[in-house]
Amino acid sequence: MEPNKLLDLYTRILRIRRFEEQVGTLFAQGQLPGFVHLYIGEEAVGAGICALLRDDDYIVSTHRGHGHVLAKGGDMQRMMAELFGKRTGYCKGKGGSMHIADFSIGMLGACGIVGGGIPVAVGAGLSAKTRGTDQVAVSFFGDGASNEGSFHESLNLASALALPVLFVCENNQYGEFTPAIQAMNIRDIALRAQGYGIPGVIVDGTDALAVYDVAQEAVARARRGEGPTLIEAKTHRRGGHAEGEEAFLGGQQYRLADELAAARRNDPLLKLHTFIVENGQIPLETLETLDHEITQAVTEAVAFARASEAPDETILYEDTWV
Amino acid sequence: MPRKTYIAAIQAALAEELRQDPNVILIGEDVRLGVFAGTRGLHAEFGDARVIDTPISELGVAGAGIGAAATGLRPVVDLMFGTFLYLAFDQIANQAATMRYMFGGQTRLPVVFMTQNGGGIGAGPHHSQPVHPFFMNLPLIKVVMPSTPYDVKGLLKAAIRDDNPVVFLNHLSLGSQRGEVPDEAYTLPLGKAEIKRAGRDLTVVAAGLMVHHALKAAAELAESGIEAEVVDLRTLKPWDEETVLASVERTGRCICVDESYPVCGGASEWAACISEKAFYALKAPVQRISNAHVPIPFSPTLEKMVIPQPAAIVAAAHRVMATTLPERN
Ligand SMILES: Cc1ncc(C[n+]2csc(CCOP(=O)(O)OP(=O)(O)O)c2C)c(N)n1
Ligand SMILES: [Mg+2]
Repeated sequence: MEPNKLLDLYTRILRIRRFEEQVGTLFAQGQLPGFVHLYIGEEAVGAGICALLRDDDYIVSTHRGHGHVLAKGGDMQRMMAELFGKRTGYCKGKGGSMHIADFSIGMLGACGIVGGGIPVAVGAGLSAKTRGTDQVAVSFFGDGASNEGSFHESLNLASALALPVLFVCENNQYGEFTPAIQAMNIRDIALRAQGYGIPGVIVDGTDALAVYDVAQEAVARARRGEGPTLIEAKTHRRGGHAEGEEAFLGGQQYRLADELAAARRNDPLLKLHTFIVENGQIPLETLETLDHEITQAVTEAVAFARASEAPDETILYEDTWV
Repeated sequence: MPRKTYIAAIQAALAEELRQDPNVILIGEDVRLGVFAGTRGLHAEFGDARVIDTPISELGVAGAGIGAAATGLRPVVDLMFGTFLYLAFDQIANQAATMRYMFGGQTRLPVVFMTQNGGGIGAGPHHSQPVHPFFMNLPLIKVVMPSTPYDVKGLLKAAIRDDNPVVFLNHLSLGSQRGEVPDEAYTLPLGKAEIKRAGRDLTVVAAGLMVHHALKAAAELAESGIEAEVVDLRTLKPWDEETVLASVERTGRCICVDESYPVCGGASEWAACISEKAFYALKAPVQRISNAHVPIPFSPTLEKMVIPQPAAIVAAAHRVMATTLPERN
């Protein structure tokens, strides 16, 4: 991979990591209302896929959506303001953590309903095909979502209509507190592609370069008009399902010991960092400067969010009927 | 009497029913760990066969509850958030609400769809939209919405024993509320309201969280000499017209408060019935207080503007108290 591409990939991952770490801290301090689901540990999936997309390509995300917005090039200040429920946020404070969207860069929204975004991505693919463009639509969703009817209907629909869609399953091995292997009798969700007559590929979702490679093929196929692909990215949540869950679970444990160990071994940021260092194409100072800049940007995003005003009654009644 | 939280009362009701009837099962996502804790701890006593964790498949699980009910079980299907009932809606509306009637009475469907309805916790639109009017609108489905720990225990036990499909709506904001809950078994009849506060000047009809808002408003009104009667419907369908109409006959003024949208919402149903059946007792037009007709926004500031607050009830009460009807001839 060319150094600038590699740096781009690394930047996307690092932006997500530093942003999410800060969000975790803010939540722990009781500064954020509602529910927060972090993407730490899964950054390589969103980054690896989105590094291949143009601004006019579409993505649709999940409740664990901050990483997807950032990977697609989202603005940290408007994201942070949204998490604080402020009027300067992406959705004027009406969406919150689970509902951030930026239509200007093809980010059609995160989604609080598990599996709810998958058909929407199919629709974006249908739109691209009908309008005769070579845009693609990416649906990110979890292992748990692949047990919803919407997943199955969407794969079949996209396959039958040969739509330019990437179904990207982020298999972090749990749906909330239930291990994926207890919720289905297969280990590889990619197998499900067979039933719908589309390619199903498995990739190490903690390896950004591997994700990038696999996605390259799937995006090309979609742009050629040959239809959808299901990509199963095996990955790990570093933390819990939602922030603050320890208190809420009252000491109940659910993480499988070997999985937890694997999660610690397979940090996507560390992996890419190690690769870059060993590869020697990018000077270490460049990475350090980048980290410094991103950390600074996150701090500024928090300041921006704090300084912003809460929405008022006018905003409450805005954005209803056109 | 022991004091328990609303959640502990749910837990107690489930445990008692699982214990007393081997046909009762509990099925849903993460019911073992207990996402809202009402199901927590039950797996330890009742095991895999009775407390069943499922994949995230609301339509399938709700439908399985219906099929199991048609063949001898009494399933309690836990659907976590009210909005997830939209995913199960086809099975509830097209199967549960029709089967017995459509098949000429050949089956009965003792299934409970239990969930947390409503907003107020900054969870955003996909987790906070109230769903009860959809189910009130369906034939053959009962809808229960308890407001206190005591009520939730007695009503849940009654719902599980009922031979009809019941949508049982707890409220997330009430989970940690404490109240007296007897350890002994008791049920409360479905379809029966309770007057939570007596008052001579006006009637406030409510259910669930809104009962508490109504009680707060009533306390405030009492300071200015207005005595509000608060009728807690407890069951939204069939609902207790008799108790409500009798109260309105006494007070002559009525405010219907419901945490749902104003069009075809709970308040609309109650107000229509009162206007129709207690018309001559009314000294002022019946008032409806409902959610603002927008999705439930995330921002806590905005969310408070959407969901009816005690202040809105107080204001409506002053309005109806100030109304005098024109002379009729
Ligand atoms: C329709 C629906 N059912 C249940 C939930 C509650 N819920 C939120 S996230 C989640 C787990 C989703 O698991 P998965 O799809 O694997 O995504 P992950 O959280 O692991 O990223 C569940 C059950 C929901 N939000 N929507
Ligand atoms: Mg998962």
